Amino acid sequence: MVPVSHIVLLSTALFFIGMYGFLTRKNLITMLMAIELMLNSVNINFVAFNKYLYPGKLDGVFFSIFIIAIAAAEAAVAIAIIINLYRSHKTIDVDAASELKN
Amino acid sequence: MIYELLKTSLALTAHQIIFYLIAATILVTGLLAVTSPKIFRSAIFLLFSLLGIAGLYFWMEMEFVAAVQISVYVGGIVVLIIFSIFLTEHAGKEARKAPPVRTIAASLAALFGIILGFLIIGQYPFAVSSEAFDNSVSRIGEAMLNYNEGGFSLPFEVVSILLLAAMVGCIVVAMRPGVLSKTEKTKEEK
Repeated sequence: MVPVSHIVLLSTALFFIGMYGFLTRKNLITMLMAIELMLNSVNINFVAFNKYLYPGKLDGVFFSIFIIAIAAAEAAVAIAIIINLYRSHKTIDVDAASELKN
Repeated sequence: MIYELLKTSLALTAHQIIFYLIAATILVTGLLAVTSPKIFRSAIFLLFSLLGIAGLYFWMEMEFVAAVQISVYVGGIVVLIIFSIFLTEHAGKEARKAPPVRTIAASLAALFGIILGFLIIGQYPFAVSSEAFDNSVSRIGEAMLNYNEGGFSLPFEVVSILLLAAMVGCIVVAMRPGVLSKTEKTKEEK
C-alpha cells in the first residue's frame, strides 16, 4: 500500500509546477492552464484524505466535485474575457492589458 | 542490512508500481504543459496531465470522481481552451518568454515551496483508517440531495445558480458589441 504522504507529495509538487507556470507565462491562455493544474492538485488531496483518513464521510468527494464545477465556470468566464480582450487589443498578452495601471 | 533494504524497496507490488507510473506521468506532462514554448502543444500536455489525474482517481477506486474529471476537464475545459487558442492565436506560434530574472525567481520559489512542503509532510503522521470506503455512486447521490445533517443539498443548489450566472455572464461578455442594440432596433421597426 502506498503511504498517504506520497499522494500528498505528488499534489504538492503539482501545485508548485502550476505556480511556476503562472509566474513565468505571459500569455493569458497558458496562465489559465496553470491555474487549472493548481486546482487539480488540490482535488487530489481532498479525494485522498476522504478515501484513506475519513472513509465514513463524503466531504472530500463533495469538495472536489464542487471545485470542478466552479473551475468549469471560472474557465468559461475567463475564456469569454480573453476573446473580448483579443477583439479589442488583437493580442492576449498580459502586458497589453494595462489600461487600469496608474 | 543494505541487502534487506534493497529487498524491501524492490518488493513493490503492482499496485504501487502503477501509482508511481501515474505520478510520474502527471508530473512530467504537467511540467511540459507549463514550460512548452508552443501554446497548442502545452494544451495537449495539459490534457495528458488531467487524464493522468483521472487515472489516479481510478487507482484510488473513486470511479465517480474520475468520471467527472474526464467529462468536465478533458471533455469540456481542454476542448474550450483549444478552441480559444484557435480563435485568438496561431496554433504553432511560440509564446513570448518571461525575462530570465523572473524565470529564475519563479523556479527558486517553486523549488523552495516543494522542499518546505516535503519537510512538513514528512513530519506529519497520517492516521490511516482501517475502515473500507463505500464507493457506491448511490451514496454520493443520496448525500447530494439530502437536506438533513451531512447532506449537501444547499451547496448543490448554490452551484447550480453559479453555473447559470456564469453561463449568462459568458454570453454577455463574449457577445460582439452592438448585437443587443441591433436586435432592439429591428423590434422597434417591426
